[in-house]
Amino acid sequence: MSSEDDSSQPTSKSKKPKYSRFTQQELPSCKPILTPGLVIGILICFAIVFVPIGLITFTATENVVEIVDRYDEDCIPLKSPDNPENERVGYIRDAGTNKTCIRTLIIPKKMKPPIYVYYQLDNFYQNHRRYVKSRSDHQLRYPSHASETKTCEPEATTNDNQPIVPCGLIAWSLFNDTYRFSRNNTSLEINKKDIAWHSERTRKFSSQVYPKNFQSGNLIGGAKLDETKPLSEQEDFIVWMRTAALPTFRKLYGRIETDLEAYDQITVIIQNNYNTYSFSGKKKLVISTASWIGGKNDYLGKMYMAVGGTSLLLAIIFTFLYLFKPRPLGDPTYLSWNRNRAAVRES
Amino acid sequence: MDSNSQFEISESASQVPDFIRNSSSQRSISPVQSIWSKTSGGRSIREVSFSELESKPVRHGSRGADSEGFSASYKEINDDDARLIYINDPDRTDEKFEFAGNSIRTGKYSILTFLPRNLFEQFHRVAYVYFLVIAILNQLPQLAVFGRGASIMPLAFVLLVTAIKDGYEDYRRHRSDKIENSRLAWVLVNEQFQQIRWKDIRVGQIIKVSANETLPCDMVLLSTSDTTGVAYVQTTNLDGESNLKTRYAKQETQTKNPENEKISGLIKCEKPNRNIYGFQANMDIDKKRISLGPSNIILRGCELKNTEWAVGVAVYAGRETKAMLNNSGAPSKRSHLETRMNREIIFLSIFLVALCTIVSACHGVWLRRHKDELDLMQFYRKKDYSENEVKDYNYYGWGLEIFFVFLMSVIVFQIMIPISLYISMELVRVGQAFFMIQDNRMYDRASNSRFQCRALNINEDLGQIKYVFSDKTGTLTENKMEFKCASIGGIDYSNAQDSTEDGQIGNSAQGGGQVLRPRMKVKVDPELLDLSKRKHTGEGKHVCDFFIALAACNTIVPITVETPDPAVNLIDYQGESPDEQALVYAAAAYGFMLIERTSGHIVLDIHGERQRFNVLGLHEFDSDRKRMSVILGCPDKTVKVFVKGADTSMFSVINRSLHLNMLNVTETHLHTYSSKGLRTLVVGMRELSPSEFEQWQSSYELASTALMGRAALLRKVASNIENHLTILGASGIEDKLQQGVPEAIESLRTAGIKVWVLTGDKQETAISIGYSSKLLTSKMTQIVINNNSKDSCRKSLQDALLMWKKLTADSNATPGGSRTGLNEVALIIDGTSLVYILDTDLEEQLFELASKCDVVLCCRVAPLQKAGIVALIKNRTDDMTLAIGDGANDVSMIQMADVGIGISGQEGRQAVMASDFAMGQFRFLVPLLLVHGHWNYQRMSYMILYNFYRKGILFCYLDTWLFLCSNSVSELELGNGIKNLSVKIRLLDKKDVFG
Repeated sequence: MSSEDDSSQPTSKSKKPKYSRFTQQELPSCKPILTPGLVIGILICFAIVFVPIGLITFTATENVVEIVDRYDEDCIPLKSPDNPENERVGYIRDAGTNKTCIRTLIIPKKMKPPIYVYYQLDNFYQNHRRYVKSRSDHQLRYPSHASETKTCEPEATTNDNQPIVPCGLIAWSLFNDTYRFSRNNTSLEINKKDIAWHSERTRKFSSQVYPKNFQSGNLIGGAKLDETKPLSEQEDFIVWMRTAALPTFRKLYGRIETDLEAYDQITVIIQNNYNTYSFSGKKKLVISTASWIGGKNDYLGKMYMAVGGTSLLLAIIFTFLYLFKPRPLGDPTYLSWNRNRAAVRES
Repeated sequence: MDSNSQFEISESASQVPDFIRNSSSQRSISPVQSIWSKTSGGRSIREVSFSELESKPVRHGSRGADSEGFSASYKEINDDDARLIYINDPDRTDEKFEFAGNSIRTGKYSILTFLPRNLFEQFHRVAYVYFLVIAILNQLPQLAVFGRGASIMPLAFVLLVTAIKDGYEDYRRHRSDKIENSRLAWVLVNEQFQQIRWKDIRVGQIIKVSANETLPCDMVLLSTSDTTGVAYVQTTNLDGESNLKTRYAKQETQTKNPENEKISGLIKCEKPNRNIYGFQANMDIDKKRISLGPSNIILRGCELKNTEWAVGVAVYAGRETKAMLNNSGAPSKRSHLETRMNREIIFLSIFLVALCTIVSACHGVWLRRHKDELDLMQFYRKKDYSENEVKDYNYYGWGLEIFFVFLMSVIVFQIMIPISLYISMELVRVGQAFFMIQDNRMYDRASNSRFQCRALNINEDLGQIKYVFSDKTGTLTENKMEFKCASIGGIDYSNAQDSTEDGQIGNSAQGGGQVLRPRMKVKVDPELLDLSKRKHTGEGKHVCDFFIALAACNTIVPITVETPDPAVNLIDYQGESPDEQALVYAAAAYGFMLIERTSGHIVLDIHGERQRFNVLGLHEFDSDRKRMSVILGCPDKTVKVFVKGADTSMFSVINRSLHLNMLNVTETHLHTYSSKGLRTLVVGMRELSPSEFEQWQSSYELASTALMGRAALLRKVASNIENHLTILGASGIEDKLQQGVPEAIESLRTAGIKVWVLTGDKQETAISIGYSSKLLTSKMTQIVINNNSKDSCRKSLQDALLMWKKLTADSNATPGGSRTGLNEVALIIDGTSLVYILDTDLEEQLFELASKCDVVLCCRVAPLQKAGIVALIKNRTDDMTLAIGDGANDVSMIQMADVGIGISGQEGRQAVMASDFAMGQFRFLVPLLLVHGHWNYQRMSYMILYNFYRKGILFCYLDTWLFLCSNSVSELELGNGIKNLSVKIRLLDKKDVFG
């Protein structure tokens, strides 16, 4: 109680707050009022900016040539149609069967290099929580951290407790279908260099780390790795290790660096090794050119045009409303409480 | 004002069916009335106890008569409810050590209890509990969605900052406790007064306090330096009133000196309670039983003034003292906006649970459908083949998996409930408080005080106030009475001028080589001043008598205060009534300076000449007579009785056969004064013949020594002597409004805020202030409710409602009857009626009526009734209420209202301590409510809306992501949704998706 009274003791100096425009809240401020003119202007600006962007983007993506071929269904010889699931899984898991499959693709339009070759998996949840976490970045980066496999369960160690390098479910499930392309019986070379990010090759995957004990367990999940090459050179692996965000994803397989003419017949020899049959996934081969906005994707262009178009439409509607049914700005009778009163008064 | 029509609904309403009467035919209830105020209403009502709602004012500051009146209502205290105190025997008093010691502890925590108690208090916030649960969930390895440490960090940070703040505040409290506890007091130990520390004082000990010392505990007075046993105390710390209060030691103990003779006795008093205006006890001493009342106890925190020493016995100590029991902190208030926000958050939580349920159900369906595939599925791999024995890897069965998914989705969707919003709100409020404190418009030059924000969490409520409940004294008015004009001998002297130049001569007195000067200067009328010096003329004599009456007929105590200039001393007049103070200052300004007052005589300095008057008898003011009188033995050996009082009571005892003309003129003057809003008093005198005096003296002595019904007897004696008076004159005192009050009220009304005035003052005073503060206008229809029983209250309320309906019907009927002014209704209701209305079924009717009235004036209300009126509105509507007051009597109201504002003026700090905001002047309400309140509310609302919007966007994004992850809703795989941020970034990473 007593100490609280300090302030009441007479002091000679004034406690008057110092004047400043900030403390007195007198700083100049600007708050735009949404007048009809301003709103219409803003909407027209939107339209002017967005519609051309949309058009440009859309044309760009229209010029992309893309061939998608689903082959997982056709590359399995179906013997007994009663139990297709089990038969397919049995077929794909059997190491002895010949899994070569030949597909023929027709080029619809002239394709200019670089022509990208992707494999696309559907219904493969590479973003699953269990899956994403099952890797060890330290192990991939530092040779000395080979035994850091704690996060890699259940593919961490071999049965005799040797660490698997690279460990984890992601590495274990490495995609292992292969494609060979030929045109008119001359094979087309696929350049598999530089398909992974440069930063990943140099930073995340060490040139000192070599695969060890990989795919040596009871259960083979996918491709094996060349134990003589360091991880940084195994670019297919690096691409795979960058997990996709969506269950349908494409990953770069390689590049074709020659022109493909229209109506060229391309023969693809596929080694159909990868098991997507156990979870009813799909496998597709994609050949595509690229524009400055990437692959074939008309969504962005359409969206720009839609937003720009809507703005334009609204601007026109507002203009008409403003011209034919104007009302004074800031009329308080339109406020909700006044409106009620007005209604009462009228009745 | 003449066009004013006033409606009086009183108990007599039944016999007056046409209760609409014109006020011009009813002068007695005209809105401005002459006002007698020995104790102005605001004072006397303060003395009504907090605990009982009796409107009977219980006065404690009286000499003799009324304190005896108390003993008439003496009742036996039940032994179970009593506390027994053996005087000067603390060991026997407190055999079982059940009474509190005198050490106090306002600190909340000790070092050991700080952590658990502080955390416990902080987790009273539901949001904190929620975030704690989320953080704990995050610690489970199966659920670790975000990093374990990261999830705990924000909460820990908030908790830490708050804990540091609380800890520092508590440290300061401990420090002040320590200072308080180690102050020294003189306590009788082994027949001798020794200095011991406050904390060692025990109940039952005898304590001696010297002048200007603070009392260490609640004590019953035994004796004082004054022979009549009077002690003056200042109760500023307790109830905020800065004037002196008189307390009495009982005659039976007054003569004893505890150092020479051992005092022993037994005091039986009630258990400690919060009522600072009530005390009931009796004392057995020398085989006599004496009853003790509130005028016999002095309380901790008060200061002894003008009394050399006082000896008392401690009855309540430490935390059981009335001061500490009243020291409960302001209850924390929560802003309406936050309450609203909490409701939204509850909706969100329900939505969250629903969403999580859907997600986990979908997950369950997915798991079921893919039951056979799960074992080997590349991205799930239920089985662990790394060991020889094949086990499930990180899979706990169908049910548990679903449960985990549920918890995980709770963690992921927790962003729907924004913790950051709480922190942002706190920060914004700190900023707003800064702006409010820094505002120059709310700086009070007079008291050199800025605006104070005492509660940080209701800033934005300031913008939503619908009702303002205001105290009158000290809030609307300055509580500085000023003598304005006088009518003496039928002549009106109202040309008061500032007496700066020649005032020096007029209002200072030479004495022992020193100049005495009253502390306050009063404007004087030069004509009257001139006249007062010529005392040998007939007119001059009249004027002299008038001023002697003003200077003598009161209970003011002059106190000499030293000034930096050693030759000049100031005289400060201390008393319970500001009106009396104003009169005495006025008398001093005209050269009739009261210099000394003891119980036997007074010394007046009349134009430089000291005269001693013997005070032969004094009849205190009481509410029945409405006047007081003093019988003086003048230096010229005559005996005169001087009387002053309210005009109604005075005119009945003035001898109308004499000076009839003057009487009529004075009456006209009085009317003029009161219509100006001045408080008026009439002064009269009579010279007593020796036989009359002797007769009076014998009956007075008889009455004042009577054992039974002393008060009534004294009143009778007084009435006998106060008659056949000669009128001396009348005075007009201005109760000055604070600066800018009418304008402020006008602005608030324009803003649609209803201003109610709740005052302890009399109805007439309240109405006159209502007019001068522009609360009431002459166009308003007044509904007055004064009743003494529940039934009559019911009837008047019904009548009033009917009348209101009639009035609105009238104004609607008149074509083009605009809503301005014509049918504005003012309700004036007094405390007595409120006793019968509050907390009964009539409340509803009162609310109905009051909410229809534009102005409500409540007069003669007790502190608790003020709170009751606030509750009346608060409990029945969603409208925000604000209470503003300055005194201890406003504390309950301030705490009850949604927003409480204390005026940090002259009347102590009690109101400020209980308030949420404190400021110097009433008019600061306008910038506070209309500028800051508005901005605070708008800015806070925008911030909350933006925050919800932001969370909404983030949530939409998460939700979209969740659906993108699945081919169909049934296969919605929750794991996909639950990802850390890096995955979210990857979504934007085109190169990955497309190569």
